[in-house]
Amino acid sequence: MTAPIAPAAASAPAAPATPPAGDPAARRTGRPRRGASRAGRTLHAGPVAYTILILAVLVSAFPFYWTIVAASRSNADLAQVPPALLPGPNLMRNFEAVLEEADIGKALLNSLIVSGSITLGTVLCCTLAGFAFAKLRFRGRGALLAVTVGTMMIPPQLGVIPLFMLIAELGWVNQLQAVILPGLVSAFGVFFMRQYLVQSLPDELIEAARVDGASTARIFWSIVVPVARPGMAVLGLLTFMAAWNDFFWPVVALTSSEPTVQVALRQLGGGYVHDQSVIMAGTLLGTLPVLLVFGLLGRQIVGGIMQGAVKG
Amino acid sequence: MTLTASQAPAPPGRTAPPRRRGSAPRRAWRTFSPYAYLAPFFTLFAAFGLFPLVYTAYVSLYRVELQTPGDMQWRGFGNYTALLGDEYFWLALRNTFTIGVLSTVPQLVMALGLAHLLNYRLRGRTFLRTAILLPYATSVAAATLVFAQLFGSDFGLVNYVLGVVGIDPVDWQNDTVASQIAVSSIVIWRWTGYNALIYLAGMQSIPNELYEAAAMDGASRWRQFFHVTLPGLRPTIVFTVVVSTIGATQLFGEPLLLEGQISGGISHQYQTLGLYMYEQGWGFFHLGRAAAIAWVMFLLIVVLVGVNALIARRRSRKEAGR
Repeated sequence: MTAPIAPAAASAPAAPATPPAGDPAARRTGRPRRGASRAGRTLHAGPVAYTILILAVLVSAFPFYWTIVAASRSNADLAQVPPALLPGPNLMRNFEAVLEEADIGKALLNSLIVSGSITLGTVLCCTLAGFAFAKLRFRGRGALLAVTVGTMMIPPQLGVIPLFMLIAELGWVNQLQAVILPGLVSAFGVFFMRQYLVQSLPDELIEAARVDGASTARIFWSIVVPVARPGMAVLGLLTFMAAWNDFFWPVVALTSSEPTVQVALRQLGGGYVHDQSVIMAGTLLGTLPVLLVFGLLGRQIVGGIMQGAVKG
Repeated sequence: MTLTASQAPAPPGRTAPPRRRGSAPRRAWRTFSPYAYLAPFFTLFAAFGLFPLVYTAYVSLYRVELQTPGDMQWRGFGNYTALLGDEYFWLALRNTFTIGVLSTVPQLVMALGLAHLLNYRLRGRTFLRTAILLPYATSVAAATLVFAQLFGSDFGLVNYVLGVVGIDPVDWQNDTVASQIAVSSIVIWRWTGYNALIYLAGMQSIPNELYEAAAMDGASRWRQFFHVTLPGLRPTIVFTVVVSTIGATQLFGEPLLLEGQISGGISHQYQTLGLYMYEQGWGFFHLGRAAAIAWVMFLLIVVLVGVNALIARRRSRKEAGR
């Protein structure tokens, strides 16, 4: 990871001069820290600021803690006054129950297949298209980019009815490709990769390779992809989380016999299971994988969101 | 690299004999190869992105039932007139609006405050940033199931805490205002940290000189916040308001899973347009009617974004005139 990770920022309307230097990834690249120049403005946080921030962290984290408490208790414990506030001994029992009642095991596997395929496919498609928009000249470039960016803000939820009719026509209802293929469409991803490559891939590099007789394909795999890798990683992370958590379309396209995690959770919340501790165990199982990703790569995700933000 | 030739939509360069001179097929390829790079994305985009959006308008003019989606009968504006005559449509529209305000306004105000604090010099700032983004990592479904538990009427933790403070238990399911607050609180919890980071990114791109100049003029921290930070943040604020507003028109998972009811409460008291669309399409099997609702939601978004843009332009003109 040598390329600067915050390239998208410079195109921001609000940021003519400097990209956000806050994310740690930018620090690692040896870019001059802005700390020195910021000292004049940026005051040290006082106790009040810390108190409020820690409160915010506690509010953010509490539901997770509560999920663990509730998932490790019994239904009877949860109906007590005062309620139990510490984890209990029933976690494994509740896991077993939810694996049996809602087939969370199959849901986890399906979610892994769906989110993994969407992530790989999206990153590939978006890098290819982003490269073309950033570095190749062709007729209709402006118009195609405008269409892509223009639809970025339109919620895909508005198209679910024709989409459902389409997959019904194809006979894909309740099959994973019904969720995977529409999931590959990411206008944001194309724009993100375009911005990344505009910033971090010098034209001279491509010119030099052309002079050496390299084909565009060769240039793509040997020059563009290595340079784009950090951006691809961030896009991949954001895509994976979004795909794992996607709700509306999977609920429409799949059923409980071929569920993703979210479909299984919808089932759990639909009133078929009455044991609250079992429901919470399912919620915990369904959230753990993405929490794991977040725990390992949280700062990259933070960086990705902050980069994506400034270009807005 | 044999890989390159087989995997990418690339010209087999070796088959074009004069390599550098640019024969006709080679030149033709130069012209068309960019489209090969766009093809994977745009094929999918056309089929699964653009087509459904446009076709929604068409479907909304037909009677289409879920069991026989291939059988379409012309209905003209029948779906729309039926919609306008349905009291639950108006209720859902109103709920979407009130829940939208209840969730968006506190969320963005708190995010702004948090971003301001995160912009201080902080110990453990990476930890703090990551921690407040934690809710963003959870799905709507997971978050809602947990909150539904917390908001339980009889044994929920929220009512217990209220009881400790001396407040009577609240009916978070059946009371209209309370249930909408419950739904909004899930939205607020999931998105405040995300918006705070977006504001933080915006704040960090405000040139430092502006603060130095303000400080030199003797502006207090508060005045700096209102006269430097907020104006500098305007494009970011407009962006988040637009995105949150669009998100609010789409709310679906929260009202669906608060009680697991497709009607959004026993008397539809917290049913949103998104849920109403799902109920019409997949509860009552009226896909044509559901498409009409989708189209109304689209128009609603266009109006809301337009109003937003108008207000933003008005305000900046006002300030320029000051």
